[in-house]
Amino acid sequence: MLNYTIRRLLLMIPTLVAVSIIVFIIIRLPPGDYLSTSIAELEAQGEAADPQKIAFLRQAYGLDLPAWQQYLNWAGGLLHGDLGYSFAYNLPVDDIIGDRLGLTVLLSVSTIAFTWIVAFPIGLYAATHQHSLGDYGLSLVGLIGLAMPNFLAALVLLYLANTLFGISIGGLMDDRFIGQPWSWPKLGSVLAHLWIPVIIIGTAGTAGMVRRLRANLLDELRKPYVTTARAKGLAPLRVLVKYPLRMALNPFVADLGMLLPQVISGSAIISVVMSLPTTGPLLLEALRSQDMYLAGSMLMFLAFLTVIGVFLSDLALAALDPRIRLGGGIGR
Amino acid sequence: MSEDARDSLPHFVSPEPWEPAWREVPSPAQLRYYQAPHWRLVWWRFRRHRLAVLSGAVLLALYLSILVSEILAPYALDTRHSDFIHAPPQALHLFQDGHFVGPFVYGFDYRLEMSNLQRIYTENPARVEAVQFFCHGDRYRFWGLAEGDIHLLCPAEGGTLFLLGTDRLGRDLLSRLVYGTRVSLTIGLIGVTLSFALGISIGGFAGYYGGWVDTLTQRAIEIIRSFPELPLWLALSAALPVTWSPLLVYFGITLILGLLDWTGHARAVRSKFLALREEEFVQAALLMGASPARIVFRHMLPNFASHLIASATLSIPAMILGETALSFLGLGLRAPIASWGVLLNEALNINVVVLYPWLMLPVLPVLVTVLAFNFLGDGLRDAADPYQ
Repeated sequence: MLNYTIRRLLLMIPTLVAVSIIVFIIIRLPPGDYLSTSIAELEAQGEAADPQKIAFLRQAYGLDLPAWQQYLNWAGGLLHGDLGYSFAYNLPVDDIIGDRLGLTVLLSVSTIAFTWIVAFPIGLYAATHQHSLGDYGLSLVGLIGLAMPNFLAALVLLYLANTLFGISIGGLMDDRFIGQPWSWPKLGSVLAHLWIPVIIIGTAGTAGMVRRLRANLLDELRKPYVTTARAKGLAPLRVLVKYPLRMALNPFVADLGMLLPQVISGSAIISVVMSLPTTGPLLLEALRSQDMYLAGSMLMFLAFLTVIGVFLSDLALAALDPRIRLGGGIGR
Repeated sequence: MSEDARDSLPHFVSPEPWEPAWREVPSPAQLRYYQAPHWRLVWWRFRRHRLAVLSGAVLLALYLSILVSEILAPYALDTRHSDFIHAPPQALHLFQDGHFVGPFVYGFDYRLEMSNLQRIYTENPARVEAVQFFCHGDRYRFWGLAEGDIHLLCPAEGGTLFLLGTDRLGRDLLSRLVYGTRVSLTIGLIGVTLSFALGISIGGFAGYYGGWVDTLTQRAIEIIRSFPELPLWLALSAALPVTWSPLLVYFGITLILGLLDWTGHARAVRSKFLALREEEFVQAALLMGASPARIVFRHMLPNFASHLIASATLSIPAMILGETALSFLGLGLRAPIASWGVLLNEALNINVVVLYPWLMLPVLPVLVTVLAFNFLGDGLRDAADPYQ
């Protein structure tokens, strides 16, 4: 197990390097850079941009260096926690996204927790009551959750939450807590706001999870050992929990690696719609204005989160099922 | 043994030719089943899945509709009705005062509420505007090629026909929806074709040659998969130059959607190839001197083509939703093009939910299409292996 952990950890390094190169290429894809865009904007407004000042800025930000050198500067900075400098905000990237990273992690983790907590009993019920009214009803709700563009669900739920429960529209906390240090009331306010985005982002993942758990459990329940256990007079609950459920639990762990990118994608768009103070809206803004280091560092952070998630889910799977650990190297 | 006993057991020889398996002579129906080719078995199996067949029919109808969008839409794509801005949907009626009139709508009376400048439209029961069929209406260029003005449905002379209401420029939502179908449905199809081609060739390459080619491909797939999809889509579509024509943007978005989706197909193809490579029939073909291309395309690919088609079907909804999300955020397709996502972009504001809820109607076709593709994919997946 230790061997496997170390090998997986080492594998993460080239992956992250490759990811950072791709991110850097992508954020440099748009023609021009932030300065040339803002110069064009200034000129469009009839203001002349001072060429000397521009040349100075270009040099100060290292935009005149060749691309590989820019990359090395940026990636080297990332290694010791320097995320670069945001042109649009005139601030180091760390200062802008500090709180947002934490809230993104909080949102993602609670969404995954929600997915698990909801999918587990529903999947269990659907599998044990196959072809019942409840089974079909839950499947239908799940399918609609899967097919509904979640940004629209967010809009409608926001409206309902506001008219029915009087919760302020958008945001992750009441206005008076914004910019305040963390305190118990602030945490309470965040939790009171958190449930709407969590439900919306979690629905699609929950639907998929329920389907898989149901299918797996149904396969297990048809096996002879379950019949044997029943014939021996084991209590129905024990028959279910002792072996079939354990076997069917694999997707919960294995899917973590898949669920995390999905949750992060979902939270990005939901955050834009609901103006949540996570990385999503800032990323969109940064992409639009070609604020490359801000956009790049955030993309990098999201990818990093995903890589860590996949790593953790692989570890958990290996702990759960030794066959995976042993077969890992062969790749069959 | 006496004579009598021998008589009671008469000696009998059947004139029929001897058939050792006479008990198992199959009936014509069974024979038809046993001798049916693979694809017919798949079809029979698929037919049993009623929901999938229904979904297939719905999708077929939708795809056929994009051939004649111009005729199906009551108005042209960009016809503006400045007198009917944000008009609510007009309900279709059949009976007026107990008499059958045929499909008609009530005309609108318009009034500006002076206290909050809200436009208020009320149906006027005195104005019966019968819907016309196969009539001359707005002019259009059919697929941008031929001029025409025939529509399936038209408003009455001097009347209006806004079955799904109008948007902030007074454009008929139903017409825009019909035109949007053309864009939204093809984007998924082209994207899937692209990712499918990439997935089969890259996965096939890796699976057939194995070794370091395989390792390299696996690493590349892992790296691509470690990106959260939507932020990456956002970043790539933000990189599309603003100066591009709408058509170029359309292909750019399709490319972006397709370019990131092939990893799943590649994985499936690779693992199947690795398993099939060891099968006896592949060994036999190899020993008979078949070329690698023949082995791959004649012997190996047909073995799991149906699985691939099923999984491709299941990955189309993600693309349609992806396009919708990108356009909704304003980074995907842009204004002159109408797609479901572009239409939903109008509903970005929470005021819309309260004041003009019908602008959220484009979500219905999205819902129907995504569900239909899911059911169809499920049915195809079950039918892909008809020998169970």
